[in-house]
Amino acid sequence: MTTVDIGRHATRRRSDLSGWSGRTIVGVVIAIFVLFFAIPIVWLLLATTKSAHGLIVSDPFLPGSISDFAANWDQLFGFQDGAVTSWVGNSALYALGALVITLIASIPAGYAMALTEFKFRRLLLVLTLIVMLIPNTALVLPIFLELNVVGLIGSPLSVILPMAFFPFGVYLTYIYFSTSVPRDLLAAARLDGCSEFQVFTRVALPLAAPIIALVGFFSFVQSWNNFFLPFVMLPSSDGYPVQVGLTSLLASTPAFNPSSAGAQSVQLPTLALATVISVLPVLIVFLFAQRFLVAGMTAGGTKE
Amino acid sequence: MSYGFIALYTVLAVAFGILPAIYALFLAFTTGDGGFAGIDNFTKVIGDFRFLPAVEHVALYLLFWLVALVVLVAFLALIVHAISVRWLSRSLRFIFYLPGALAGASSVLLWLFVLDPTASPVSGLLHLFGFSSFVQVIVPTHLPPVFAIIAFWTGAGGWIVIMYGALNNISHDVIEAARIDGATTVQIALRIQLPLLRKWISYMGIMSLAAGTQLFVEPQLLSQASNAIVPNDYSLNQLAYQYAFQQNDFNGAAAISLLLLVIALALSAVFVTRGGLFERG
Repeated sequence: MTTVDIGRHATRRRSDLSGWSGRTIVGVVIAIFVLFFAIPIVWLLLATTKSAHGLIVSDPFLPGSISDFAANWDQLFGFQDGAVTSWVGNSALYALGALVITLIASIPAGYAMALTEFKFRRLLLVLTLIVMLIPNTALVLPIFLELNVVGLIGSPLSVILPMAFFPFGVYLTYIYFSTSVPRDLLAAARLDGCSEFQVFTRVALPLAAPIIALVGFFSFVQSWNNFFLPFVMLPSSDGYPVQVGLTSLLASTPAFNPSSAGAQSVQLPTLALATVISVLPVLIVFLFAQRFLVAGMTAGGTKE
Repeated sequence: MSYGFIALYTVLAVAFGILPAIYALFLAFTTGDGGFAGIDNFTKVIGDFRFLPAVEHVALYLLFWLVALVVLVAFLALIVHAISVRWLSRSLRFIFYLPGALAGASSVLLWLFVLDPTASPVSGLLHLFGFSSFVQVIVPTHLPPVFAIIAFWTGAGGWIVIMYGALNNISHDVIEAARIDGATTVQIALRIQLPLLRKWISYMGIMSLAAGTQLFVEPQLLSQASNAIVPNDYSLNQLAYQYAFQQNDFNGAAAISLLLLVIALALSAVFVTRGGLFERG
């Protein structure tokens, strides 16, 4: 392409985009994407307020009734004698258990890697980076085989412990401490007679609130949404977290699995309600945490 | 004392990072009763009639997804960034990002509804394309784009927000200077903003590529919901799962896991050493 060509293209594009028609095109494109991202969520919320019949015949974007919502609610929580309640409880147990261990393990580790010197520091850091970028499903089957040897399969620990290994959290903590806490501050505390442990608890930890919240956010969201790990580790329905429990509900929905029609069958709006409930905690966290998401995912790129 | 700080993390890293990888390595090169197997497990799984189709499915899905992700995320981020009305730009980012809360099984379930013409909010659109039943929508040849749409719906918003942040970091002086020199909005986007976003786009591409090879929950749920019209060995991870739990062949499962792990490790190692994002490491 010659320079003249490029120039001509540019002028033409300019008139396309800054003119009236350009704005219209951009507006239409944006509108299409807004609909694409928003329709499924809006529809899902409305679907929980309809009866199975109403879902199919009524306008998809009009709400149903409170009584239908209550009926769906009853059907969902009546499913297999309240299985859904225990699934949500399991999810909370796993996600919070992993969260606590993650924080206890990764905050001191990230601190030590950022602000202290020790042998293997670099090795540990490189290992952390590499494992952090491996998708967390890649090691699930090997971990299953390993835990199978020690007989932990089926116990809550078989999901909590692997989820508590959270290199991303360590990396975030490392970045935070190496950029936000000056080494001089620690040196001053040491001069004043603090032991290494006191330096950490009295100087570093009080400054760590933002990073604790950030690591907690990522750990919780990831654990709550984890499907493959619990799916593999927990053979019995009693131990399912809600994400895996959804598969049981799906299998009992005649609309998707015709062989399941029967006393325990689940109607579509009930399944929709289950979907909403399965993401509710994460959705609530997400509503307030857009800033966190950006801060976390751009942490790697701030060092130019 | 430093060792005290890193002790628990190191134990977890050994137990759930290093040991499983070594154990998988051991299993992949041994037979069921512990004898050395050479590369037999690998030739067995690669020769399996289900292996190549699974590779093909995952590769096609990745192709659709990555192209859509790279092109549309960059495009939407540039547009959202160009909108000068504050509340509008902020609301758009929020709408794009919110579906990220529905990960895994929940988003697949939601899309089952959307793709079922009897209940779908966009049933008109589905009928327009000639689909009148769920089974018609999810014939196997449609699945790579369908999974790509689900993954895009869930994951794109987070990346748009991140690219937007990166665009905000570009110095105003640079943009202003270009504008004074007569550059149009489009020229600024193509010649200044996109090149400066390249690092982030490659980060997104590699992370998504590594994650995409692990495809599992989408075909697994769809296989359940379709009465096995979608086979339960559609993706590589599903095939590994079948080896482990249907055939009780942990060695074969380990061989597949190892192949996937090597791909993921290679991608992340390339990125850590050459990506420039982790320079201080």
